[in-house]
Amino acid sequence: MSVRILIPTPLRAYAAQQASLQAIGPDVRAVLGELTAKYPALQKHLFDDSGKLRSYVNIYKNEEDIRYLQGQGTALAAGDTVSIVPSVAGGSGVAEELPKLSKEEIRRYSRHLIMPEVTLEGQRKLKAARVLLVGTGGLGSPAALYLAAAGVGTLGLVDFDVVDESNLQRQILHGTGDVGRRKVLSAKDSVLSVNPHVNVVLHEVRLTSENALEILKDYDIVADGTDNFPTRYLVNDACVLLGKPNVYGSIFRFEGQASIFGAPGGPCYRCLYPEPPPPGLVPSCAEGGVLGVLPGMIGILQATEVVKLIMGIGEPLVGRLLLYDALGMTFRTLKLRRNPECPVCGDHPSIKELVDYEAFCGIADEPEEDETALTAVELKARLDKGEKLVLLDVREPHEAAIARIEGSRLIPLNDLPGRVSELDSTDSIVAYCHHGLRSASATAFLRSAGFRKVQNLSGGIDHWAVQVDPNLARY
Amino acid sequence: MKIRVLYFASLREKLGRAADDLEVPAGATPRAVLDQVLGEKLAQYRAAVAFSVNHEYTPGDRPLSDGDEVAFLPPVSGG
Ligand SMILES: [Zn+2]
Repeated sequence: MSVRILIPTPLRAYAAQQASLQAIGPDVRAVLGELTAKYPALQKHLFDDSGKLRSYVNIYKNEEDIRYLQGQGTALAAGDTVSIVPSVAGGSGVAEELPKLSKEEIRRYSRHLIMPEVTLEGQRKLKAARVLLVGTGGLGSPAALYLAAAGVGTLGLVDFDVVDESNLQRQILHGTGDVGRRKVLSAKDSVLSVNPHVNVVLHEVRLTSENALEILKDYDIVADGTDNFPTRYLVNDACVLLGKPNVYGSIFRFEGQASIFGAPGGPCYRCLYPEPPPPGLVPSCAEGGVLGVLPGMIGILQATEVVKLIMGIGEPLVGRLLLYDALGMTFRTLKLRRNPECPVCGDHPSIKELVDYEAFCGIADEPEEDETALTAVELKARLDKGEKLVLLDVREPHEAAIARIEGSRLIPLNDLPGRVSELDSTDSIVAYCHHGLRSASATAFLRSAGFRKVQNLSGGIDHWAVQVDPNLARY
Repeated sequence: MKIRVLYFASLREKLGRAADDLEVPAGATPRAVLDQVLGEKLAQYRAAVAFSVNHEYTPGDRPLSDGDEVAFLPPVSGG
């Protein structure tokens, strides 16, 4: 009955630098006994004076926490893996004192303290915890506010953006008066007004392969609330490499998803999606829109999982992908498994350091000079000269109802293949949409269908409104 | 055999519906069903979609059984 015991980095100093070893025994108690007999210095880091497992030490049999099995009496079979995992909040996993609470903090957190699942110890774990929120937008906003209110001791905030009016419909860290301010500063004000006891650490940078490990290494848990694929893969890979849980949330229009990636034995984002989608296939919130309250739901799910991980209570959302549909008001859970072939968390990983995630996601550094594109100012000049142009609006009718360029024809992008016969391939056509992405697809499609004189309005009607017609509504 | 197919996120938006009940040949795989649903117009989704069968993530080449519920999950990046 040989089983493998995995020893976490901070404890290897007490186990002759071993990362794993084989042991023989019928249950967890027996193999841990064998381990501490071999390395007596480990004893006081795993067990307290009365011989109980220390609260900041979690033991997993394969993918399951033994607290949800039969504790140390959990039976083992040959080939099982027993992982020793320091609790995320205790920090290093080496015996260290949790911070004390002041009288004022005890009053503030009394509704936590009276619950036997939390108690003073759980609240002190929250105070000891260091949580990094990547993004202070739709997901990061509710997550930051609730984590601050709950008493998380250190909150790191990563964002390099500035508050825009179109953020206010959902990004509740930022108010009307914050428009134009740096997001990290307005986020910090909101967090401290909820709870001045929080130590807020600002990272006003774009997370990159160069800085990610350095920033993430000081935190116990990372919550991913970014809005683009390169950063999602970067956060995933960095968390796997550092062994930090990544509490993941993502949203699209009326739907959201959440999970915990990179937890011991559990899957990572790449187990689910090894490769990013082709660029332009999956619209962002700016392109696809998003229901304002949607990130509230998903961000709070993330905050809930963070709090549970810190206190070590309940069933973490590891190995499960939660799918939320606001329109149907349904939640479904899909079972996920770690993929042994996963390029980053698999048994033989091919990715051992961070890569260039922009290139990985097919996003070029510099957009190439494109002869098929023209600017709003160029379009205006050509129209003013009296040139005969067909303005083709490829947006949806409900968008055209908000604002349109005079004299344009509406054929939504999705209908274009079926309605292409309505256009004349000898005409000069300028396609436009909201920001220039859909019309770029339309331009490419029409060119492949034999239309030679098609151009795309870069920046879409939004640039037109800014540069040419300020009376037009922007949305 | 009969299966139920669920569409999520951008695929749901593109197709304009959330689900289909489909008659497919015995032993059809999630990937084959996806190809059939996407047709040529949405072929660029082929490589981007993850699959689950009966609430469990699964590779695209596992044969389906009668009555299975298949979900097609394109990735989502909004935050
Ligand atoms: Zn993985």
